[in-house]
Amino acid sequence: MTVAAMQRPPKVARQSSAAGVRLALSGDWTLFASHRLEEEGRRIVEEARLDRMVTIDLSQVSQLDTAGAWLINRARHDLAGRDVAVTLKDVRPEYATLLEEAHYRAFVAPSRPRFNVIFVLLADFGESIVDALREFYRGVGFLGEFVSSMIYVAANPRRFRLTSLVAQIELVGFRSVPIIVLINVLVGGIVAQQGIFQLLKFGASSYTVSLIGILVLRELGVLLTSIMIAGRSGSAITAELGSMKMREEIDALLVMGLSPIEVLIAPRVLGLVISLPILAFLADIAALFGGMVVSWWYGGISPAAFASLLKEAIALHTFLVGIIKAPFMALVIGLIASMDGLATQGSAESLGRQVTSSVVKSIFMVIVMDGLFAVFFAAIDY
Amino acid sequence: MTSSLTHANDVARQRLNRDVIISVRDLVVGFGDKTIMKGLSLDVYRGEVLGFVGGSGQGKSVLTRAILGLVPTRGGAIRVFGQDRDALAPLERRALEQRWGVLFQNGALFSGLTVKQNIQMPMREMRDISQRLMDELAMLKLELVGLSPDAADKFPSELSGGMVKRAALARALALDPELVFLDEPTSGLDPISAAEFDALIGTLQQTLGLTVFMVTHDLDSLYSICDRVAALAEGRVIAAGPLETLLASDHPWLKAYFHGVRGGRLTAARVEQKDEQWKPAPTTP
Repeated sequence: MTVAAMQRPPKVARQSSAAGVRLALSGDWTLFASHRLEEEGRRIVEEARLDRMVTIDLSQVSQLDTAGAWLINRARHDLAGRDVAVTLKDVRPEYATLLEEAHYRAFVAPSRPRFNVIFVLLADFGESIVDALREFYRGVGFLGEFVSSMIYVAANPRRFRLTSLVAQIELVGFRSVPIIVLINVLVGGIVAQQGIFQLLKFGASSYTVSLIGILVLRELGVLLTSIMIAGRSGSAITAELGSMKMREEIDALLVMGLSPIEVLIAPRVLGLVISLPILAFLADIAALFGGMVVSWWYGGISPAAFASLLKEAIALHTFLVGIIKAPFMALVIGLIASMDGLATQGSAESLGRQVTSSVVKSIFMVIVMDGLFAVFFAAIDY
Repeated sequence: MTSSLTHANDVARQRLNRDVIISVRDLVVGFGDKTIMKGLSLDVYRGEVLGFVGGSGQGKSVLTRAILGLVPTRGGAIRVFGQDRDALAPLERRALEQRWGVLFQNGALFSGLTVKQNIQMPMREMRDISQRLMDELAMLKLELVGLSPDAADKFPSELSGGMVKRAALARALALDPELVFLDEPTSGLDPISAAEFDALIGTLQQTLGLTVFMVTHDLDSLYSICDRVAALAEGRVIAAGPLETLLASDHPWLKAYFHGVRGGRLTAARVEQKDEQWKPAPTTP
């Protein structure tokens, strides 16, 4: 037997007699009846609104809950407003308590000030600009805090958390190797394939090798690695620190006289700074390998030929241009992730927002940094 | 032990003359190679407030979670409202779940919703009623649990511990359940708020005709609002019955619990008060 089958729908029956109008309520006056209950509540008012004296008979009510009691009381209140005298009849003692607890009162919702849409739009726009500037200001402050705590740790090497750093390197660096290598093999292969197809029109398909070499070593290897790490490890750092903030673990550190930057953030950021160049190096090798395989397969360039062409196309500085960027990318990812994690408020929603913002900002900043480096290296002719 | 337990249960059943709302028989629950419940049996009668006590880590919360279906069981039967939850079709199970309300230990309010939205959540999802009625009922529930109307639009992170418990109780009561589970409702509250909360549960229980299953460590709650108390130790219910029965028990754990340093002081105080013909009336907020 289901619960629904056991329910008796709420009903209102009107009976007029010489003694006046009697509304007999019956069935289950509970929230289970949903809108049925609301309709019957309204019907009490409709049936009795033109009378002077009404008796509401509750003897047939098989169940009553707060919602039912509230609707009966609301109807009584509405009828009283229309000068209808209402009396309740045959109220069981337990219903009487409930009706008393749920007596009608108007709940005034706290009024919210309303503004013009354009006004709100402009205000939001201004606010987001100010917020962005503040964020930048806070970011610079955070960087300063990080650097000063690094100097402090350098002066007191015993305070350095080596175990934590090694754990972070394993988490961020070692465990990212498979995915980083995989996507870079694929991207190297795709670049090679496109290079061969496009350059074939000019009969210059052997230039594919220098295309792959320079593009991968200078830009793609480090950029793809940074973006992957921003998504993979930056988000993890933000979520970790954010949930620690929500559970007051950060506050616990502070009151112990420990600095969260030294204990939590330094190992993570340093772990990133150490891991990212290594990952970028692996990414370079993987992409070159992918390029070589596709060149051999599609373009008929043998690995030996690929190697000698590559040797002519690139120099040590080509590789260095890429790899020098890696620690800076790591620093930006780590700091943004940590800062956003610590900015988490109490709710789960806020944590989600911070993680999203951390990843989006990191990727954006990684690309901006890459652009700045490109301008810089062009200027110094490296 | 078992025969005296069944006897105590029979006495209580006759005394209350009410039907069984939760029946747990020979329940076995374990995690990994650790067995926590070793053939536990317990009855909860309609309309009573059952206090459930036990040492920390003995599995009080595990039993609650097993009854609620949050923890897989390894053996035994749990029947709530006379129905075996595992044997029900999904729709019937949902209907069953709407007949109980749960107050989790830390409130478990949805942090992304305001207090009012939290209370309206079950109504919105399970019932088809107008926004006006939902608003009115939410405010009514808020008032019932003793929260001021301006708490309605606050987020859980803006509330104090006591307010979180009250708001969570309001949410547990949103659909006017017949059965309410309270997991340590007074833990983390100051004695005044705890006494108010006890009184509140007592009042609500009488007004709404609730059955209350309350896991607690608060001896005051046991004294002031519980009709019956069940004690858990060694994976079994070692005693169940009116508080006086448990106080008179010879079981070493119960002796330590009620007549130890903290329990003893309170028990002595209560006995003294009873001698002076003082009735421990619940404090009204």
